[in-house]
Amino acid sequence: MSGEQAMADWTKGEPAIAYQTCGACGGLQYFRRRFCAVCGSAELVEHRAGGEGTVYATSLVLRAATPETRAHVPYNIVLIDTSEGFRMMAHGDHDLAIGDKVTARFERFTDRLIPYFAKSK
Amino acid sequence: MSFITGVGLTSFGRHEGSSSLDLMSKAAELAIADAGLKRAEIDGVLCGYSTVAPHIMLATVFAEHFGIRPAYAHAVQVGGATGLAMTMLAHHLVDAGVVRHVLVVAGENRLTGQSRDASILALAQVGHPEYEVPLGPTIPAYYGLVASRYMHEYDVRQEDLAEFAVLMRSHALAHPGAQFHEAITVADVMASKPVALPLKLLDCCPVSDGGAAFIVSRERTGDAGVRVRGCAQAHTHQHVTAAPALSELGAEIAIARAKQAAGVAISDIRYAAVYDSFTITLAMLLEDLGLAGRGEAAARVRSGHFNQDGAMPLNTHGGLLSYGHCGVGGAMAHLVETHLQMTGRAGNRQVRDASMALLHGDGGVLSSHVSMFLERVR
Repeated sequence: MSGEQAMADWTKGEPAIAYQTCGACGGLQYFRRRFCAVCGSAELVEHRAGGEGTVYATSLVLRAATPETRAHVPYNIVLIDTSEGFRMMAHGDHDLAIGDKVTARFERFTDRLIPYFAKSK
Repeated sequence: MSFITGVGLTSFGRHEGSSSLDLMSKAAELAIADAGLKRAEIDGVLCGYSTVAPHIMLATVFAEHFGIRPAYAHAVQVGGATGLAMTMLAHHLVDAGVVRHVLVVAGENRLTGQSRDASILALAQVGHPEYEVPLGPTIPAYYGLVASRYMHEYDVRQEDLAEFAVLMRSHALAHPGAQFHEAITVADVMASKPVALPLKLLDCCPVSDGGAAFIVSRERTGDAGVRVRGCAQAHTHQHVTAAPALSELGAEIAIARAKQAAGVAISDIRYAAVYDSFTITLAMLLEDLGLAGRGEAAARVRSGHFNQDGAMPLNTHGGLLSYGHCGVGGAMAHLVETHLQMTGRAGNRQVRDASMALLHGDGGVLSSHVSMFLERVR
């Protein structure tokens, strides 16, 4: 990250999706690290994603494991392939199908702000 | 060279009042007796983990409790692949001459020792702590995601997955130690409570108490000659978000390496023991391993291919889905059953020919894989 502060995103409570690109090899990663997982370089640049993507997989959860998450049942866990080229986990509308073009917004889930995808308008 | 010289398995289900150490001890005692050895002859111990009673040194905790002083001991953690990963390590340890007899053991009172919620929650922690776990996924949800994609790419239906639950249950009916003893149908699976769609309750393995153990030795200790012919691993990712494409998962890599190491082809296999935490896990692994064509595993179940009297008997004890799942010991039951089959001791479950067996374990979300060939030698 070349000494810069990490960009605040939904994992830090901000309504944003962030990712990193590598200045050395062009690699791209969603899980934040201090180095590129492809080549090991520390020349990383942080970006804010546009929130557009395609549904890769879905699973509607009806049996949750904690009182906090149980209050939200049913909720749809989705894997989204973003237009930037990384895959991320999020929530989404219950009628989403694999291949649907989707757009992100942010919703409350338990005491967190999380990315939530619905079909693109 | 290494031999599986003894096996031990408790019944799975409820063991009220038994601790993880109790269940490990019971299985270990059975395995040592089966190998015809004395406790003092065990000079190596490999054990799994217990989510109910986590400890940073479980192998020595167990050794002290059990009353042995091994020359080599530690725990191994690879999720559902732990049992076969320990077997692989034990094989190399005795082959290298480090020790003579390794006790591989695991047991957990996962059902009665903690709430089902606690169990589900503990396991969900295999997810990414920042990018996945806050979204409230469960293990069934991780596999539900994989299932949705697999069904989409290979035109597999929920009714197809249900066939695997029915098959494992029908096998469990012949084993008195299994957790479940009531027959089920595809309709029962389809009507069972939705957990994480497309997976329903009967697509998921249960939470069980139980223990399993075996002895891996440099030389055989009796007439039975079951040897490790070859084995290999593959680890492609931890989190489902970071998993490669379905066509690049670790099972295909591990089996290719194991075939190479063993000099064995799929056509040589007579018995299969494959990890089955969920119906989708079993369907995918059978196809990844080459025991069925892509999208064709369910049709092979329907045709009786994987039955006790079929061309490729599979998990004849009932697997994780119906014998039960007590953590690391769960998938070790697959090896115990394989050993009974290979030594002609499976009673009413005995198959015609188990001279060469393929075992496969999977940990995480198809993250860690171990493939192993066991061979009967005269």
